[in-house]
Amino acid sequence: MELICPAGTPAAFREAVDAGADAVYCGFRDETNARSFPGLNFSRQELREAIAYARRHGTQTFVALNTFMRAGDEEIWYRAAADAVALEADALILADFGLMAHVAERYPEQRLHVSVQASASNVDAINFLVDAFHAKRIVLPRTLTIADIARIAPQIRCEIEAFVFGGLCVMAEGRCSLSSYATGKSPNMNGVCSPASHVRYRQEGTELVSELGDYTINRFPAGEAAGYPTLCKGRFDIADSPAYAFEDPVSLDVMGEIDALSAAGVSALKIEGRQRGKAYVAEVVSTLKKVLSAGPEQRTALLMHLRGLSEGQKTTSGAYEKRWR
Amino acid sequence: MEFPRALAIPLAYMPLAAIERAAGLLFQRVLKEHPDLFERLGEYKSKRFAFLPSDLPLAFIVEPAGPSIRVTRKQAMQDLADASVEGPLFLLLALLEGRCDADALFFSRDLSVTGDMEAMLAMRNALDGADIDLPRDLSRLAGPLAPLFGEMGRDIRRRALNGETSRWN
Repeated sequence: MELICPAGTPAAFREAVDAGADAVYCGFRDETNARSFPGLNFSRQELREAIAYARRHGTQTFVALNTFMRAGDEEIWYRAAADAVALEADALILADFGLMAHVAERYPEQRLHVSVQASASNVDAINFLVDAFHAKRIVLPRTLTIADIARIAPQIRCEIEAFVFGGLCVMAEGRCSLSSYATGKSPNMNGVCSPASHVRYRQEGTELVSELGDYTINRFPAGEAAGYPTLCKGRFDIADSPAYAFEDPVSLDVMGEIDALSAAGVSALKIEGRQRGKAYVAEVVSTLKKVLSAGPEQRTALLMHLRGLSEGQKTTSGAYEKRWR
Repeated sequence: MEFPRALAIPLAYMPLAAIERAAGLLFQRVLKEHPDLFERLGEYKSKRFAFLPSDLPLAFIVEPAGPSIRVTRKQAMQDLADASVEGPLFLLLALLEGRCDADALFFSRDLSVTGDMEAMLAMRNALDGADIDLPRDLSRLAGPLAPLFGEMGRDIRRRALNGETSRWN
């Protein structure tokens, strides 16, 4: 199976390639991708050099243009698509149907992947995107169990890519408005979830307090692993006791199930984390490459030390092994 | 690993001007090796960033717009910076080199950040995007002795970060 790896900077890109990524995904330094954080992402020249570096090492480059176009400003996304095509990206990862139509019409030879942000999670939706825009691959939303994927795979006419490691949100990709509710900005429209401009940390006694906009997200007692300041992972007073209303600060790790994912029809495994540093990229990619070639009995030990890099220093298999209704 | 206490205590009594001069020399050397270091900061280049080693009594204030570095006692640094990051010296240096993942150190509570998070995130990404190697970059100050000093620096780094959740590039 292919390993699809994140890169937020050219340095992280090189680390991913050197660590053995089959493909690296990245985005331009603007609002056209869902990781538009300060100081992150690629200029056109940086992407040109990154693609050349990847080619020399037999690695593919996927360019994420996976935010939704703002009415009246479509040209920003059209220009980004034109540039990515001109730079010879191996695939474009798109979420907006309008942008998919534009790319399919203007650049029919360009390989098109459906972003997780498109939230296409059933046979009809996926086949529609294949038929209408010639999508070659779907990145599945993290709402499906492995059994669900196995049921869908034989009925769709494209490859399946699934997230297996990294940050995990409330599994409503492309439709989540929590960040927008608290800050006015969302990953879907602005490329930022819980933008840093609205985040504050302060020490209150022995507690680390995180705030997003007007909301207190969490109070971490001394010694407790911290998480991102997102509403979905906030700890709130519920019936007079503090509890996680949506989900815990925890990261996805379903690498222990790669045999089952492969049997279900998944052909590419995706690592989340374009916002993470190059040390994270190097460590995770090299470890997961080893996991892919290791026997099932060796995988747990290999994966164990990655837990320390994960949000809340905990991992979950999320909806892939759904045990709730 | 924390900075040895026996070496940290004298820093509280040394003249700040001497420490600042040494820090400035090293800072300028890094900038000479990486002239584009702060390019990724964009609009945050005008901000002031405090690096606060938790095992030293000093604060290092970096102003990319200068570019310049200023050293002050921690108790005197109030309002001198727009954003601050605090952690053991060797971890801060590892972050400077992009050898440790800042998010992971935040999750484990080894690092704390305050102030303008957008500016600090930009700085984190700018440093991570550079290819800083302190033993390599700084040892060039030693002229013909650069290989010797470089090897010493790498050895200190190896010992200092042994056991951290990091990978040596």
